Parts: sequence; structure tokens; C-alpha cells
Amino acid sequence: MDRPNPLFRNLWSKIAALPMMLIVLVVFVGGTAWTVLFSFTNIKIVPIFTPREWVNGFIGLANYQRLFNTDRWMNCPGLTHIGRSDWEPTCMGALPNVVTYVILAVVLSMSLGFVLAVLMDQKIRAEGLFRTIYLYPFALSFIVTGHVWAWIMSPEYGLQASVRAMGWTSFDFGWIADRHMVMYAIAVAGIWQGTGLVMALMLAGLRGIDEDIWKAARVDGIPAWRTYLQIVLPMMKPVLVTTFVIVCSGAVRIYDLVVALTDGGPGISSDVPTRYVYTNFSANLGQSLSASTVMLVTMAVLLIPWIRMEFGKKSQG
Amino acid sequence: MANSPLLDGPSGARPQKFITWQRFVVYGCLIGCALFFLFPLYIMIITSLKNIDEIRAGNIFVPTMHPTLDAWFKAWDSACTGLYCEGIKVGFWNSIKITVPSTIVSILVASLTGYSLANWPFKFSEGFFSVLLLSSFIPYIVMVYPLVIITRYMGIFSTLPAVVLVHTIFGLPLLTLLFRNYFASLPGELFKAARVDGAGYWQIFFLVFAPMSMPIFTVAVILQVTGIWNDFLFGVIYAGPTNYPMTVQLNNIVNSATGGKAYNVDMAATILTGLVPLAIYFISGKYFVRGIAAGAVKG
Repeated sequence: MDRPNPLFRNLWSKIAALPMMLIVLVVFVGGTAWTVLFSFTNIKIVPIFTPREWVNGFIGLANYQRLFNTDRWMNCPGLTHIGRSDWEPTCMGALPNVVTYVILAVVLSMSLGFVLAVLMDQKIRAEGLFRTIYLYPFALSFIVTGHVWAWIMSPEYGLQASVRAMGWTSFDFGWIADRHMVMYAIAVAGIWQGTGLVMALMLAGLRGIDEDIWKAARVDGIPAWRTYLQIVLPMMKPVLVTTFVIVCSGAVRIYDLVVALTDGGPGISSDVPTRYVYTNFSANLGQSLSASTVMLVTMAVLLIPWIRMEFGKKSQG
Repeated sequence: MANSPLLDGPSGARPQKFITWQRFVVYGCLIGCALFFLFPLYIMIITSLKNIDEIRAGNIFVPTMHPTLDAWFKAWDSACTGLYCEGIKVGFWNSIKITVPSTIVSILVASLTGYSLANWPFKFSEGFFSVLLLSSFIPYIVMVYPLVIITRYMGIFSTLPAVVLVHTIFGLPLLTLLFRNYFASLPGELFKAARVDGAGYWQIFFLVFAPMSMPIFTVAVILQVTGIWNDFLFGVIYAGPTNYPMTVQLNNIVNSATGGKAYNVDMAATILTGLVPLAIYFISGKYFVRGIAAGAVKG
């Protein structure tokens, strides 16, 4: 058999990679660029493609101006009244909602996930069983998670009614019907679904810590909780950063869970950016495109430092 | 103090200890959390076995004395979605029709691309790889409208091919990274030996690499099947009403309650929708954990 001719060899490799290259160029690079570019135009439903149409439709930052003046996107009635009696440090709308959700998801699922990982690391029996129980929600669709929790949190027949019927009449868990508490309700469901993954990632990180560290800490008489907090936790920084990025990027694009659990309600008090983008596609494309661009920029700000840290040094993805 | 289990390190075998209060606290917390995670599953199951009067009158925690599978049959066969009353089975078959081709095509394309990038580098392959890496993090919603335009232009918008195409496209960056890293981790001598023996691009892939890469193919299948099965957004946008996947049908069944919500039917439909990914999860075990750890970053 002859050795394959180099041109032929390269050709097959290129042909096999061609569909992927086309997709990356057209959809990922092209699609993202299209969305960003046409967020600066007064685009209507009719799609426009050409540079001439872009120039003719160019309206600068007007879509963004409108976006941030839309109550559904962001509405902070009392925030700027600093020093006055009606000063109120609260914001409503899709953007503040997602910020609330991201903070809750990151803080709660990361702390609960870390505690669970530490507990799982105590040479317990039935570790496999506990792992299976903590992780199974992650296999489910957000739509499934949303509807289960919607039933549990239903004020009429759910947990609240049942606990009240058992005698604790002041028990209040009607969060999904309360515009101030609804994002917390969504966070409970999100944390239920996502904490198992955080636990699994952190447990892998804990298991990667050199055993000598533990021996040294024991020899020095440092109590275990301090070893975890002051020695092991800082050593787990790469794992913590990766987990943070995963939880954050998942939380920023939250959509299905909100659709199933509240569908943005009551009113629009649990609206989130992805839902805002989606519901504006037909009537208000400029709003959709500018809101998606804001999401893209947020994600980039979150991810670029991480990608440089994680992949800059030619490590494996 | 120094011998109590909590103070011991996380690794190395160790003789069995007596039960101490620290052990008690550890197990107490673990079991308490396990109950929180199991609670919704318990509620789903017992609710689906009740009849609607028991749900209205009874307590959410208490299982029924007279379990019935009526709600399950109704959810599968005759629950209404707002368009028609044929149950969630329509969505089940649609999800199969969407998941199977998307999984096969995306894994085929991604494994070949990963193999090209890892073993047959060409002029722009490094730059291409970086773009690929970034692509896997872009939120899907940013590319949804351009893809609506593209699929409309191709004449397949609102059909099965459109939703299959979209799932394939969005699965590719991550799968390609997965395969590229796996193939790059195989010993280089293997590839060289096959080259010396005269094997070409396709022979090395199908006769040498693919047979020894079953773990990564397994992870890829799990990742794609669960991801596509659980998707809602692409199904609702690109599939069109006749091809709505199971998640969209479930959402429609729950929201189309006429004459009061049938929570038992809703919960039966919810369990049915979660059954396929749950079965994959319980069967595949550690492969699943590897798959989700890899898949968690995708847009």
C-alpha cells in the first residue's frame, strides 16, 4: 500500500471539518454579529441583511435608550432619590430580576454544594446513594422542575395549605403569588435542580487536594473546620472559579424554569431577559436584539477572565 | 480530639470507628438534605396516584389510601394541550423523532471535526479551535433570531428538520471540544504506527480511534440525548405545533386547564416527561456525571 499523498490527507481532514467551519462562521460568528449590528438599527419584522439597509436603518443607541427606559426591562422608581425621604434602593424588571436570581443561585447553591461536598468527603457509608439522590434533579428538564415546584408552592392546595391545615395557621409559603418573593421561589427550584452538580464538582476538587496537606494540618493541630476554610478552600480556587462560571452562566440565561413555574407572573414581576427577548421577537425586534446584546456583553464580562485563566496556559478543556 | 472522624483527612483507608456525635451530625445533615431533594419526587408520585377530589380535600404530604393509575392513562392518552386531546404521547414520539437524528448527526460531525483538529492540523485549525471554544459560551438566545431567518430562507422553519438542524448546530461546539481533547489525549505513537502501516484518514478513524473511544462516545450520547430531550426553547420556536416535543406538550397540558387544574394528571405527565432522562441517569451512573460536568458550560 502506498503512503497517502499529503495533499489528499489534508483534503479529507479539511472536508470533514468543513460543515463545522461553515456552521461556526455562519451561525455562531455571523448570527452573533448580525444580532449585535442590527441592534443599532430600527429593524422591523422584515429581515434586512445588506450593509446598505444597515446604514439606512442605523439609529445608534436608540434601542438601548428605549430598553433601559422600559419598565419591564428595568424600573427603579426611587433609586435616584438619594438623600430624599422617598429614596428606595429597589429595582424591578427583567434585568434586576435576573441579577437577584444570579446572586441567590451563586451564593446558595455554592455554599450548600460546598457543605454537601465536605460532608460527602467524611468517608461516609452509602456515598453512591447520597450522590444519586443529590444529582437526579439535574437530569430533569427545567420544565419538569418548574411544574413540580409550581404544584408544591401552589398557595391553594400545596405546601402552604397543607401546613396550615395541620395547625400552623400563620405559615406563609405563597411566594409564587407574591411579587416581592417570586424570584426567591424560582431560586428555590433552581437550587434544588443545580446544587447536585455543584456538589459533584466541589467533591472532585476536594478529592484532588494532596493528602499531605491534611497530614501537615493534623500535625500542627489545626482543627478540621479551619483546615477546610483556610487551607483547602483557597487551594480549590480553580474549581471554585469554574463552578462559579458554570452557575453564573446558567443563571444569566434562565428561561424554561420561569416559564414553567410562573410564566413571568404575577403580572410581569418574575420576567427575565431571555423571556423579554423571546416575547419581543414579533412585535419589537429592536428591543429583542438590544436586550440579547446586553446579555452577550454580560456573559463576555463574566467569561473572558475565566477563559484566559483556564485555557490561556494550553491546558485541556 | 485528634482521633475524631471530622478531623481526619479525606483520603486513605481507615479502620471503622465507633459512632460519635460528629458522625451523627454528618449523617443527620446528609439525610436532611436528601429529604429536601427527594421531597418533590415523592410529591409528584403520590399526587399522580390520587383522584382530583382527594387532592382538593386532602393534604399534599399524605399518600392516598386508594391509589389509581387513571391520571397516568389520562396524561399519556387523552390529556388536552389546547389544540387537541391526545395526551402527552404525541410529544413523546415527537421528542424521539427530534432526539434520535440530532444525536446521531451531531456526534458524527463533531467526532470527525475533533479528530481533524487533534490529529490532522491544518493551517487555521488553532484559530478555528479558539472560535469554537468561545462559541460554546454564547447564550443561545443571541442566535435564535438569525437562525429563524436562516431556516425560513431554507424553507424548513416550523418543521422537524428545522428543530433537528438547530439542535445539531448547538450541540456541535461542545461535542467537538470533547472529542478533540479526548483524541489529543490518546498516545501519539498509536497514530504514528497506524500511519506507518499505511492507514489513511478514514481508516485510522474507524478502525483505530473509534473502537477505543467508546467512553467518550457514551458521554456524548448521554449529553446529547438528555440535553435535547430536556430542551424547551428550540422546540417551541423551530418545531411548529405538530412537532412540539414532550416538554412543550407538558407545558401546554398544564396550562390548558379547563374547569380547574387536574394536578394529578399534570404530575403524571410531568413524571412521564422526566422518565427518559431519569432512566438514562440511573443506568449510566458515572458517565452521566462526566457528561453533565462537560455539558454544564454550554450556552
